Amino acid sequence: MTGGTGPDARSAAIEAFARRHRYRPAEALPWLAALAGYFLFPGYLPLAAQILATILFALSADLVLGYAGIVTLGQAAFFGAGAYTAGILAAHGWGEPITGLVAAAAAAALVGFLSGLLILRSSGLTLLMQTLVVAAMLAAAANQASAVTGGDDGLQGMEVWPIFGHFAFGLYGRTAFFYCLVVLFLCWLAVRRLVHSAFGRSLTGIRENGARMRAIGAPVMGRRLAVYTISAALAGVSGALVAQTTGLVALDSLGLERSGTVLIMLIIGGVGRLYGGFIGVPLYMIAQDRFSTVEPVYWYFWVGLLMVLLASFARGGVLGLIDRLWPRGR
Amino acid sequence: MNSALSAALSVGFHGLAFAMVLYLISVGLSVTMGMMGFINLAHGVFAMAGGYVMTGLINDHGAPFAVAATAAAVAVALASIPVERLLYRRLYGGDELDQVLLTMGLVFMSGAAAHYLRGPVQQPLRLPHSLGGGVELGFGEFSLYDSLLIVCGALLATALWLGLERSRFGAQIRAAVDNLRMAQSVGIDTSRLFSLTFALGSGLAGLGGGLGSNLITIAPGYALDNLVYFLIVVAIGGLGSIRGPFVAAMLIGVADSACDYLVPQFGAFFIYAMTMALLLWRPRGLFGRA
Repeated sequence: MTGGTGPDARSAAIEAFARRHRYRPAEALPWLAALAGYFLFPGYLPLAAQILATILFALSADLVLGYAGIVTLGQAAFFGAGAYTAGILAAHGWGEPITGLVAAAAAAALVGFLSGLLILRSSGLTLLMQTLVVAAMLAAAANQASAVTGGDDGLQGMEVWPIFGHFAFGLYGRTAFFYCLVVLFLCWLAVRRLVHSAFGRSLTGIRENGARMRAIGAPVMGRRLAVYTISAALAGVSGALVAQTTGLVALDSLGLERSGTVLIMLIIGGVGRLYGGFIGVPLYMIAQDRFSTVEPVYWYFWVGLLMVLLASFARGGVLGLIDRLWPRGR
Repeated sequence: MNSALSAALSVGFHGLAFAMVLYLISVGLSVTMGMMGFINLAHGVFAMAGGYVMTGLINDHGAPFAVAATAAAVAVALASIPVERLLYRRLYGGDELDQVLLTMGLVFMSGAAAHYLRGPVQQPLRLPHSLGGGVELGFGEFSLYDSLLIVCGALLATALWLGLERSRFGAQIRAAVDNLRMAQSVGIDTSRLFSLTFALGSGLAGLGGGLGSNLITIAPGYALDNLVYFLIVVAIGGLGSIRGPFVAAMLIGVADSACDYLVPQFGAFFIYAMTMALLLWRPRGLFGRA
């Protein structure tokens, strides 16, 4: 794809672009691992379902952070908006899970769109603060509206109906596991398609140099707003999945800690690579499940140490490390 | 009418004391963030450390108030130098995300360390008898502790302002905030300047955390729970200024105190909404540079 401008060069460029985004065998690995996990560790299905739902949350964060370059500390705003939407619906007599997911996605997307409209013109510290403040405002409002949200005690009395009226959410978490797996798979297909499209390439361009993208005529604000809204919808779906499969929604679903830990999990895996969450989330959540039951407070010491070490020595996370050990031709 | 006025006065007075604590803690953050463009979410850790040193010295060892406050400031300032040299320095001018990761990691570690060393409970500051009571100022009685905070804050703010405007060191700081490259090329040793400014800012935060530990209680969650407040002061004030955080701290301190009194349930929400409105109106803060 160097030099020439004729039709040959054009089709060669299209061919190269398509080849770059073809499915690779390695991309089947997460799904095979999930299925293997189902058969090998049947006792851990509830945890596995939470991991799958959180991977979706990390995927939504990767979209804004890794592809659009928006450093956010408020992703929990959308997670919580989705969780509360699905939860409140289920607690007030509409426990149908799929429409619950759709409603959660719509509510979260609305929050994302409206807040994005206000804040996405900013950058740096101001933007970081504004994302944080949006989530903090929602948390304060949810705390206040305890008649609807249950406030500090969390939302009570969710009743989630069986999927398609047939697959009930049971004690062993089989339904929850496959529900989360299928939703994650569909969302992953959509996100993969999105980031490999012309739209996705323009996001990378905006991340790398917004001024130049504006100069070549790209609608920078519109693109940022679009991806922010899509990411919010995905985060909302993730929150709804957690709400429906655990039957619980608490105020911490809107908290700063949730926004922070999803970034950590994503960074452990690797940012801007689509698969960071698939590696980082299981590593983090399995380790947390193993170690934090003993003394949750000291768990945070080791997480903090890991974060400091990652920031200082291992930028790019696990996937970055793999890239450095086995460089691929790019 | 008279009671409303005296209530307003006492709310304002208390808010002023809170504002001074916020100012002492945040001013260093504003200057260092403005100078190095570094997103530092771990500044509250230094305030918390100051709080632990001060409450520990007074409650366990019976140290005099002034000695404990000085010790908190000095200890935190000294401890911050290796942190800046070894951890922060590597990431100057780097990726925002790495800075967020590093400093959030420090927040998590410090919380767990504080829990390990001093337990999960709050550390109240035992005030000496001379500071326990109130003072009659003709138009109402005010807590001596609040008065002390206001006097300390006002003195330090004046000293900082004079130092920045009149001293050679202050001129170097202003030069580095305005234009780092130009400052380097006229021969200012910015590496040393960073370290000293960082230590000074951290020491002030330690002092603020220690003196204010009856207003912002010292507990392992301190750095995370109050992070938003410190950042709000910096963001509203504008990076790299000394006047900015002062005005912002006044605004937040008095507004917070007033909200607590008038609409206790909606207090936090109003502060966040006000922050959002101010940042939309002036994205670089009230006194930020374009």
